[in-house]
Amino acid sequence: MTEIIIGVDVGGTFTDIFALNEKTGTAEVTKVPTSRPDQSDGFLSGIRSLVNNFSDLSVVVHGTTAGTNALLERKGAKIGVITTQGMRDVLEMRRRDRPKTWGLRGNFIPIAERNCRLEVSERTLADGTIRTPVDLPSVRKAAQELLDLGCSAISILFANSYANSENEDRAVAAVREIWPNSHVASSSEILPEIREFERFSTTALNAYLQPEVSGYLNRLEKALNTGGFSGEFLIVQSNGGVMGVDTAAKLPIRTALSGPAAGVIAAGYIAEAAGLPDIITGDMGGTSFDVSLIANNQSMLSSQTSIDFGMVVRSPMIEITTIGAGGGSIAWVDKGGLLNIGPESAGSTPGPVAYGQGNTRPTVTDANVVLGRIDPENPIGGKIEKLDVFAASKAIETHVGDPLGLSAIEAAEAILRVANSRMAGALRLVSIERGFDPKRFAFMPFGGGGALHACAMLDEVGLAKAIVPRYPGVTSAMGCVIADMRQDFVQTINSGVNDTDPTVIFEYLQNHVREGHRALDAAGTNFESRVTSFTFDMAYQGQTHTVNVPIYINVNNQVVAVPSLDQISNAFDLEYKKTFGRLLENGVRRIINIRTSVTGKRPRFDLATLAPKGGAIKQAFKGTRSVHFGDQWYDTNIYDRLALPVGAIIPGPAILEQPDTTVLIEPELVGRIDDYGNTLIERSKL
Amino acid sequence: MTQDIDPITLAVLAGRMEQIADEMDATLFRAAFNPIIAEAHDASHGLYHPQSGDTLVQGKSGLPIFVGVMSFAVKSVIEKASKDGNLKDGDIYIFNDAHLGGTHLNDMRLVRPYFNNGELFCYLASVGHWHDLGGAIPGNYNPEATDAFQEAFILPPVKLVKAGELQTDIIDILMRNTRLPQSAQGDLNGQLGALDLGVKRLDELLSEYGPDTVKSALNALQDRAEILMREELKELPDGRWEAIDYLDNDGVSDTSLPIKVCLEIKNDTMSLNFEGTAARCAGPVNIALPTAIATAYVAIKHMFPNLPANSGVMRPINILIPEGSLLSAPFPAPVGGYTETILRMIDVIFQAAAQAAPERVVANAYGTINALSISGKRKNGQPWVMFSFYGGGHGGSNESDGLNHGNAPISTATIPPLEILEAAYPVMFRKWALRTDSAGSGMYRGGLGATYEIEVLEENGAKAFLFGERGKYAPSGVVGGGNAALNVFSYEQDGGWQNPPMTSKMVGINLKQGQSVRLDTPGGGGYGTPSKRPPENVARDVAAGYITAEKATEDYGSAWQEVTI
Repeated sequence: MTEIIIGVDVGGTFTDIFALNEKTGTAEVTKVPTSRPDQSDGFLSGIRSLVNNFSDLSVVVHGTTAGTNALLERKGAKIGVITTQGMRDVLEMRRRDRPKTWGLRGNFIPIAERNCRLEVSERTLADGTIRTPVDLPSVRKAAQELLDLGCSAISILFANSYANSENEDRAVAAVREIWPNSHVASSSEILPEIREFERFSTTALNAYLQPEVSGYLNRLEKALNTGGFSGEFLIVQSNGGVMGVDTAAKLPIRTALSGPAAGVIAAGYIAEAAGLPDIITGDMGGTSFDVSLIANNQSMLSSQTSIDFGMVVRSPMIEITTIGAGGGSIAWVDKGGLLNIGPESAGSTPGPVAYGQGNTRPTVTDANVVLGRIDPENPIGGKIEKLDVFAASKAIETHVGDPLGLSAIEAAEAILRVANSRMAGALRLVSIERGFDPKRFAFMPFGGGGALHACAMLDEVGLAKAIVPRYPGVTSAMGCVIADMRQDFVQTINSGVNDTDPTVIFEYLQNHVREGHRALDAAGTNFESRVTSFTFDMAYQGQTHTVNVPIYINVNNQVVAVPSLDQISNAFDLEYKKTFGRLLENGVRRIINIRTSVTGKRPRFDLATLAPKGGAIKQAFKGTRSVHFGDQWYDTNIYDRLALPVGAIIPGPAILEQPDTTVLIEPELVGRIDDYGNTLIERSKL
Repeated sequence: MTQDIDPITLAVLAGRMEQIADEMDATLFRAAFNPIIAEAHDASHGLYHPQSGDTLVQGKSGLPIFVGVMSFAVKSVIEKASKDGNLKDGDIYIFNDAHLGGTHLNDMRLVRPYFNNGELFCYLASVGHWHDLGGAIPGNYNPEATDAFQEAFILPPVKLVKAGELQTDIIDILMRNTRLPQSAQGDLNGQLGALDLGVKRLDELLSEYGPDTVKSALNALQDRAEILMREELKELPDGRWEAIDYLDNDGVSDTSLPIKVCLEIKNDTMSLNFEGTAARCAGPVNIALPTAIATAYVAIKHMFPNLPANSGVMRPINILIPEGSLLSAPFPAPVGGYTETILRMIDVIFQAAAQAAPERVVANAYGTINALSISGKRKNGQPWVMFSFYGGGHGGSNESDGLNHGNAPISTATIPPLEILEAAYPVMFRKWALRTDSAGSGMYRGGLGATYEIEVLEENGAKAFLFGERGKYAPSGVVGGGNAALNVFSYEQDGGWQNPPMTSKMVGINLKQGQSVRLDTPGGGGYGTPSKRPPENVARDVAAGYITAEKATEDYGSAWQEVTI
């Protein structure tokens, strides 16, 4: 029996498979088209294309967009809500925001219909006092009514349940007695954190996904098992860690950004191995450019995100910033004569003009095609046989060249310059927002298109280098194999540090740790180590924005030490000073939330496994092509990227091609293949 | 004379300069101490013309109202500097005088000349809402103010930094005039940091492209914005359209105050004439002239959301504000309630524009920010003040029904969660819900307003005051759409529920433990004739409880009753 670990990332167009054979130390990658509507067909056929017998697999890790797609396409379940008297519209009222700053257009339809949101008599106050005990007969009546209305999942959403969950607990127990399936949860079970809209929204979206996602995961698990698989099946969470499939079926909302998070995890691992602690990743897709920042080998987590307007998910997620500049973004000239890129996009269907699938307006990809940067004879992805350079050129001339008085070539360069400038802007802004100087970072493109624009980022942002991973097209699948198992917990405390009973905090933390380890134990794998960490969201009294304060509390044999209040105060002061430069005299420190994360470290694989074995530059050389840079055409050497040996030095201009990615090395820059097969791009030394 | 600039460099520089302003925004949001800036983004940054002070580039994340108003802050500094004749590299001016810089006294403005090789190249400016600047009421929202002195400490433009040297005396004066000096110091440091970053980024940009190229780009962008605006206006029909709406009263005497506009389009120009608007009043619903001009810009930007945020857009537009009207109140008229007045200006501009170009506008939004304060003393003597603004419905458009429970068109601020309010203050929300029958009818109906009912839990009781509007004049529908419901404020007394004599404005309401106040906020106006609304949609609204069966039949006829959904 061999030990094969499989990572599967299901994207919109392709399903990527990364197979690591731990015995032989070899890795294989493949791409198959994503199957629709049921992604499990592509998932299984993809694995089968690399492994004959599922009993050879030890672990299968899945990064999934099933949840994301169901949210974006509004294809979740019909859900019911039972809520506090007077509050049935919280999900619909949001936090009184609007879709767009300018124009005042657009509206919002919540995922739970209004007639499926029922109120019952109950009320808990902010201090946890129960003012009105929950009226269980009306809870049962409401649940029956929701069943009769055809709801297949249900959320119990009560005010202030973060402070005391008794009413919610009793209601949820009553509902579970009569509800025909397991898709029942209360808001305090999903997220015991203050802020009712965010808690209700997260809970309701979880219910909305539960029937669909748990069904999908169960189908996959069954099919794997039927094929002889007896290892662990794990799912990537938005926080960059993995969870067991049972947890995922209960908490599908934690998969909302599963795929992109896995990509960032892989990027961080690759960069760390390559000795680059600070990187900005850039994933260029058809319609967008997704940017994420890793500083000191740590990826940034955000505590909440909006999947779409009004669809707020509060749970720790890898922070990813998106701008509308992808390969399919359309270039156009406005009535004032200014060249713009996007936000309109041709996406992947019909896609760029060069695809010949009906779009006639030029895109960023078309500019790359016209300038010779993409090989028209061998387009990436294998969906189309040949690119129509003439049509792309004509479209650029008509829609951009003519209005600006430029030739098609000049116009194509103009499109790239404007697109690059916007992408560079995103890189600068994510670093500034986090208080970093962008120049300290290296740029790591992944996804199919990013490596065409890496050199431009050096130039535009002033970065020292770019690093292109060996398999940029399957980074997310690789991240699945790398990710640790991680469970996050939160509990709102909301009291002054000196008014807090440390044993109350201790009890919550101990519970978190116990549950975290239980989840790790249930996964049935051996971890190299287990790490528990605690952070508290704290603020001065009167402030609404909090500082996330790391707190070092001893955990011995899964038993948490009781924290001291002095220690908490000191940790706050330290972090506050770091963030704001000074403390507030006579300020009253408050603990808003306490957070625990329990991580099981999975065995790391040696990235050198992926490095090229042998090879020679001469054998990798494929010929030359005319490629346009700046204001002239260059005879440009083309290489088979995967055949280049470790240590190869390739001066620009050059193009390194591999099945799913084109790496561009511009004149004045030089590429080098490092020990892991990554391509590092730097300025040529003069 | 602008040198010709190639279109590629122009497109790249357009993005680069906008980014400088965005990065300044990001710097302040990150560094600011007070949540009004850090979370509600009540701040803004930009680059301004060295001679005229016109807006060259403005950040995208600040509050909408600042997009028009910042150039007035810069113009005031230019005037002051030319009078004093001592503008130097490394100077930074600071002031909050709303009669010079627009909006209200909480907005602290910092203006810094940017020199390149000894020549004034442009101005950088930063504005941010400070928590407190003295005055009669903490937070400075004083509905009883009859002059600006009762609202807050007033600082005219003075040099905070002289040729690079920080004037600590000025900081001492500022910190002595706020109830929250730590907060103010944090915000000030953030604003200075944002200006520093702007200077650094401009240095980089100018050394990369050369000052002449950047200057040409800035000029070209103004010119192009002007062309864009003219092209948009050319597509609209020529003609004159009028609209009039009213403020309920000024909070001092119960007389309604007309706001009137005459919108005229001639070829590629537009004028907005506010002749016929009420004269200056005693209470705080006056606004300063810069605020009025900026408001017209906000309305125009909502009609043409893709226009760039620079002053070129305003060149084809003539705004006439009559002297002596409440839209150009001189110092020291109180202007603390400016939000209500500018919301009404936007409403009348939309009403007039809807007659000219119905596809360009949406119906009126709820039109009042409903500033509600509930305060008292806890058992241990600790004072508490819960102060918040409340939402309402947005207007319908030619694309969709209006948004339920949105924020005001001049702002992007969100409302705190009720759990945060209940945790911080001795109150309980009995109701936090959409308000049935509050939307204006129409082919596309308005969004729904809200009902908030707030009970006092504190044994000592509490005092409440409200500053709102739309108690007598409802948000208007357009293109045949119906009006939304009026704003209704009620408060509980021993004898039952009562309403204020001045509808939506009242101070000194005494509440006992267990008594409540209740806000029923307006929805948005409807768009298009109600008879054109598909009966299925009406039936669905009835089923959802957005509208009662009686009102549905009254507004839309009985066809919906035949539909099964």
